[in-house]
Amino acid sequence: MAEAIKNRIDLDYSKYDFKDEVKYVYQAKRGLSREIVEEISYWKNEPEWMRQFRLRSLEIFLKKPMPTWGADLSEINFDEYIYYIKPTDRKGRSWDEVPEKIRKTFERLGIPEAERKFLAGVGAQYESEVVYHSLREDLMKKGVIFTDMDTAVREYPDIVKRYFGTVVPPEDNKFAALNSAVWSGGSFVYVPKGVKVDFPLQAYFRINAESVGQFERTLIIAEEGAEVHYIEGCTAPVYSEDSLHSAVVEIIAMPGSHVRYTTVQNWSKNVYNLVTKRAVAYEGAFVEWVDGNLGSKVTMKYPAVYLMGKGAKAEILSIAYAGAGQHQDTGAKIIHAAPYTTSNIVSKSISKDGGRTSYRGLVKVQKGAIGVKSTVRCDALMLDEFSRSDTYPYMEIEEELVSIGHEATVGKISEDQLFYLMSRGLTESEALTLVVLGFIEPFAKELPLDYAIELNKLIKLEMEGAIG
Amino acid sequence: MPTLEVKDLYVSVDGKEILKGLDFTVNKGEIHALMGPNGSGKSTLAYTIMGHPKYKVEKGDILFEGKSILDLKPDERAKLGLFLAFQYPVEVPGVTLFNFLWKAIQANNLDSTSPRIKQLPKSVVDYKKELLEKIKKLNMSEIFVYRPIGVGFSGGEKKRMEILQMAMLKPTIAFLDEPDSGLDIDSLKIVADVVNSVRNPELGIVMITHYQRILNYIKPDFVHIMLDGKIVKSGGPEIVEKLEQEGYAWIRETTAEAAD
Repeated sequence: MAEAIKNRIDLDYSKYDFKDEVKYVYQAKRGLSREIVEEISYWKNEPEWMRQFRLRSLEIFLKKPMPTWGADLSEINFDEYIYYIKPTDRKGRSWDEVPEKIRKTFERLGIPEAERKFLAGVGAQYESEVVYHSLREDLMKKGVIFTDMDTAVREYPDIVKRYFGTVVPPEDNKFAALNSAVWSGGSFVYVPKGVKVDFPLQAYFRINAESVGQFERTLIIAEEGAEVHYIEGCTAPVYSEDSLHSAVVEIIAMPGSHVRYTTVQNWSKNVYNLVTKRAVAYEGAFVEWVDGNLGSKVTMKYPAVYLMGKGAKAEILSIAYAGAGQHQDTGAKIIHAAPYTTSNIVSKSISKDGGRTSYRGLVKVQKGAIGVKSTVRCDALMLDEFSRSDTYPYMEIEEELVSIGHEATVGKISEDQLFYLMSRGLTESEALTLVVLGFIEPFAKELPLDYAIELNKLIKLEMEGAIG
Repeated sequence: MPTLEVKDLYVSVDGKEILKGLDFTVNKGEIHALMGPNGSGKSTLAYTIMGHPKYKVEKGDILFEGKSILDLKPDERAKLGLFLAFQYPVEVPGVTLFNFLWKAIQANNLDSTSPRIKQLPKSVVDYKKELLEKIKKLNMSEIFVYRPIGVGFSGGEKKRMEILQMAMLKPTIAFLDEPDSGLDIDSLKIVADVVNSVRNPELGIVMITHYQRILNYIKPDFVHIMLDGKIVKSGGPEIVEKLEQEGYAWIRETTAEAAD
């Protein structure tokens, strides 16, 4: 039976793996240079300070070496990517205004339907630009802003200039610098003091062309006592040449606010997904990252929360699935910089067919941050003997009056577990599915219902698809 | 035709021979007690009949209603109407007993038109109603079925979880592997009451046990004594009393005499 467990999980991409013939308004030539960065800035008609920011970031990018820790990035050739594609001239406020072929893409992905059902706002990005944006009118009246980052730079310069690049500066790492130089699209969310956004806001990112890089930039600001839940989804079709996705997400959670950021990335298995996500949480604020990594060839992503104010709270909940040829190097980072801050990290990973998952995490407690509580739990499930799972938990504790817990398990689905479930009438693949769904249940239950159902469907397809 | 017939069965586990030419027959409506010291092969018989991949049949056959089931997978055997109440049920984190049992019933419903399957609930509403009735009988609280399978269950709760599944799945032949071990007398009575309440002419039960204690509450029609991979003595309930008085030594002596 152990043998039969092999080859059981293969992500079903049929829903996502389709390509569209779309004529682009503008497409940069391959490779990265000062000219390309200037061109992007020109097309965007940006203020000078942003142009300067990009050029400075390019310098930093060129100077910084590739990271030598984590996943293998040696096959990345920065000269081969296309850094900017402008798919359309204008952004729609209704789906009818979106070019037909692009609209159909998002319809196939179920975005307009989800919007009608349970979202308060939607942004849809195709290649480098956001092609659609909407926000419920009552939220607009309350002063909530949900638009694409490019528009925000033009229309809300004061807020953007104040926060942009403050949480993740270009100096942070090579890919943050790359994003800062060539960023395009992404979401801008601003929730004024005391406003609670009752339904989630969602952005959907789609790469369609081959060898294209997508570098969206997202900035979320929740003022004092505000609440917002932001969801992000992303897919791409499978091409023979690799694509690169390198996003930056910055969250500022002011005192007493609550921000939840949920993402389930389902990139095709030829995408390098190298993302920097970071939040700062001030006094009594609560930031949650709910992070699912199913697709991509390589993912390096470690959502972080800097707990800057007394009593601030962070939760980072993640799952990673790695099949053949995939490496999910994911984790979490928490900096306890203030007293009585709490954090909770739960990481679940599944590897199969030689896939590799790594948990890489840091919990840091700074001197003076007394009364800190932190728990870390990492569970890895390996479905065959070819797959691999590693855990790299780092702790830097500079204060004594703290409570830190760490727990890690690595397991295989046991023959006895499958036998037990089968002895009641479930087939082997049904039994396997059930165990895996049970394993990721702590994650799935945190997703909005429709997403949880979608996730469960994907996992079921993985298991049942390859049996026999 | 017997419901379940085991013929000259030789079984090995990890290369070690455990069953050595075992013959055994059980019919619907009968209750058998299978007794014997540790290591005599009682549980091996149950696991082999249910189709655990680690238990390798070297020789002999197992027939269900006249047909060999050796090539069938555990789930296919379950759908025929075989059931095993585990001595040590597994834990499945994140999967509630409620969901699991409903999936199991749906899987059974899918496959067969047998009279057994016809008795299974067809809608989740009927399923829940029946489940709640049975939980009450087992003196369990409803919360129990919304917890993950086996996780944090006490020994007694695990036994009851197994009996509950038997009661819901309505098998034709059920093996109960030490349903009494680790139970206090009150729990034992509850388990016995439920087993007695599901007794019917369509169900054959094989109870594996070390002790006669449970047999005071569930009266067997037949008692078999296993020693070293074989059934060495079969008879009626009177064997139990003799065993209780004289221990397995008596069996060893009598079988040794027979061998002479």
